[in-house]
Amino acid sequence: MGFFDQFWQLTIDGLMVGSLYAVIALGYTLVYGVLQLINFAHSEVFMLGSFGGLFAARALLPDGGVPGGFQSVYLVAVGLAVGALCGALAAFTLERVAYRPLRRRSAPRLAYLISAIGASLFAVNLAGKEFGRQNVDLPDLFHNDTVFTLFGADVSTQSLVIFAVAIAMLVGLDRLVAGTRLGQGIRAVAQDADTAVLMGVNVERIIIVTFVVGGLLAGAGGFLYAMTFNASYSMGFVPGVKAFTAAVLGGIGNVRGAMLGGLLLGLVESYGGYLFQASYKDVIAFLVLVAILMIRPSGLLGERLGRAA
Amino acid sequence: MTGPNVPGQPAPRSSTSTREGREGPGGPRRVRPSWHPAGLRSPARLRQLGVLVLLGLLAAVVTGPTGNSDHPLRAAWDSIADPRIVLFLVIAVVLWLIVALGGQLRTLAVRWTTPVREPVGAAYGRRGGPIALNLALLAVAIIAPMLFSTAAQQWMVDGVGIYALLALGLNVVVGYAGLLDLGYIAFFAIGAYTTAYFTSQTAMPWHAPFTLNPFFVFPIALLLAALAGVVLGAPTLRLRGDYLAIVTLGFGEIIHLLANNADGVTNGARGAFGVPHLSIHLLGIDYTWGIDPLPYYYLLLAIIVIVMIAFGRLERSRIGRSWAAIREDEIAAEATGVATLRLKLLAFAIGASVSGFAGVLFASKQFFNPQSFSLQASFFIVAVVIFGGMGSRLGVVVGAVVLQGLTFYLRDLVAPADRYIYFGAVIVTMMIFRPQGLVPSRRRRREIELSEAGVGAADALGAAPTGARP
Repeated sequence: MGFFDQFWQLTIDGLMVGSLYAVIALGYTLVYGVLQLINFAHSEVFMLGSFGGLFAARALLPDGGVPGGFQSVYLVAVGLAVGALCGALAAFTLERVAYRPLRRRSAPRLAYLISAIGASLFAVNLAGKEFGRQNVDLPDLFHNDTVFTLFGADVSTQSLVIFAVAIAMLVGLDRLVAGTRLGQGIRAVAQDADTAVLMGVNVERIIIVTFVVGGLLAGAGGFLYAMTFNASYSMGFVPGVKAFTAAVLGGIGNVRGAMLGGLLLGLVESYGGYLFQASYKDVIAFLVLVAILMIRPSGLLGERLGRAA
Repeated sequence: MTGPNVPGQPAPRSSTSTREGREGPGGPRRVRPSWHPAGLRSPARLRQLGVLVLLGLLAAVVTGPTGNSDHPLRAAWDSIADPRIVLFLVIAVVLWLIVALGGQLRTLAVRWTTPVREPVGAAYGRRGGPIALNLALLAVAIIAPMLFSTAAQQWMVDGVGIYALLALGLNVVVGYAGLLDLGYIAFFAIGAYTTAYFTSQTAMPWHAPFTLNPFFVFPIALLLAALAGVVLGAPTLRLRGDYLAIVTLGFGEIIHLLANNADGVTNGARGAFGVPHLSIHLLGIDYTWGIDPLPYYYLLLAIIVIVMIAFGRLERSRIGRSWAAIREDEIAAEATGVATLRLKLLAFAIGASVSGFAGVLFASKQFFNPQSFSLQASFFIVAVVIFGGMGSRLGVVVGAVVLQGLTFYLRDLVAPADRYIYFGAVIVTMMIFRPQGLVPSRRRRREIELSEAGVGAADALGAAPTGARP
């Protein structure tokens, strides 16, 4: 079958995965916007959230068969909520342990990166020890049927659920940043932290909230990811690098850029994986990252939330 | 070279352990007099106790039984419900009492963390350091392995020696240039596969039409690794320094992926087998480094000593001083004519070439597979550099000895994969409490402390993040 026969199917798959990248990328972009710092341990927040949601949904899953109807909705909702909470808790702890002591001393930037790497190494391997080092599958929470066909491509319940939840979170976050007092605070700190302090913004609080919001999104995204693929202790790394690529692609620090970057990267990867070889999908994302850094380092939409350095 | 302006008097070292001496240029630091027992019940002290107890619980979980995904929380619960927990809690409380009551210890701690406030020139230290100490360390390094078992000798080569060399190379990137390279092992892999390509017709499906003695591969691997470093670094270093970290991270993973999957080229996950040992056939000398670890050890030791001397000279050269200038104030360095981009790239390439060089040594021990080039190996080298002290040549070697020695010591107690839990914890702990490392470079320590006090910087990654409190 040629590429064009598969085009719509690839597009749908790409958008589904891309919306997940977008959700994770928001965590990078928010923290970058506020702290001008790559949060290397964000992928572990995603991983921990994923495990949290997976275990919660599995614990509530009745024996035998795939639940249906209202029960499916309930299970997905619980999984999302617990995943988001675990993600938020992980992000909060991370900020507390690996970042705040350094901020107190105003350590050089290198120290933050290294500290985040250490925290990431710790979290990954502790999860590996506690939850085993195999892939953990989440049983089906609903009948994954084809809901409708679009230009001959099947759209499954799963794609719809993931896409709908992801888009809802993206829109919600966009409203949060653009329209609320908290969002105003985040934007103020991102633009100029010193001035924001003078205007009465509690920078410390904004930083914590930013980490927590990023963690909520990553945790819920982690649950969606576990629903599609599976969970494992080392699952965070690849989506983490890709989400970072998505954030840079859209313009790091830029909330809408991260969303656009995520969806675009999902599409590029889906098409590229078909045209070349599926096992080199990860290479494509990396090439996109290097290319964007060479051609347009400020990203497609520019670095708007934060300062362009 | 001009360093940053240092406000305040350069105080003599002896007086810095007094409280006045602890006032950094940015104002007085918190010093809470606390050896009064009544202070134990203050909220800050109780909070400390809470933190220590939490850490004790965490330590119990980390050292506790291994779990699985069928009962996700059971392992953690078992570790906490175990009688061992009493031990951890007692340690936590004792630590708390020591911290709270230990006036003497505090003085010691203060001396350990006293800011280095000497004039810029003095911070380089005497040339080469105390010679007697260096010679004594060298003598220990020469004699010690003779007393070890063969397994330990093997470990001195594979674990300590190779990693000390790698750490010396990464030290140029992290310690001298102030950049972060998270895919450092990729260059090591390039060196190893280059060796397999050139020296053996059978090690990999893909091989050169001729075979070379491994010694001739050293320059080739060095150049190839340096070239890879330049290709990777050139587009990235123009931007923020912290992008380099993630690009190298991706690169390291891709090299690992290629090595693992390209069966027809690299022999995939099975690895390359049958790379010839190093051998000399020159002027009547015929010597082959065989399976005995000791000759490899002494070869490595000689290389490490040469590299340490060379990098010591490099650090004091015009290039080394330019790196210091870039770390301390990139804009000022650029304004005074330091070619910042070129020098950063140079550091990155030098680091990469050392890694490639080490790769040849590693490969010429006959067998390797892609597992040795995993991301975690890269992180481990970062841990070695951080633990030992970035910018300190002796420090990173000591770091390799201590961390790998610990690994060897714990080899039966801790599963190999679980070791990284401890390495991660070591990295975070060092960054929080002793960012200059175990055996700090005086210059680096001074930079870190001054930058924390608001003077200059200590890396080449731009200004400190938001929320920093000078």
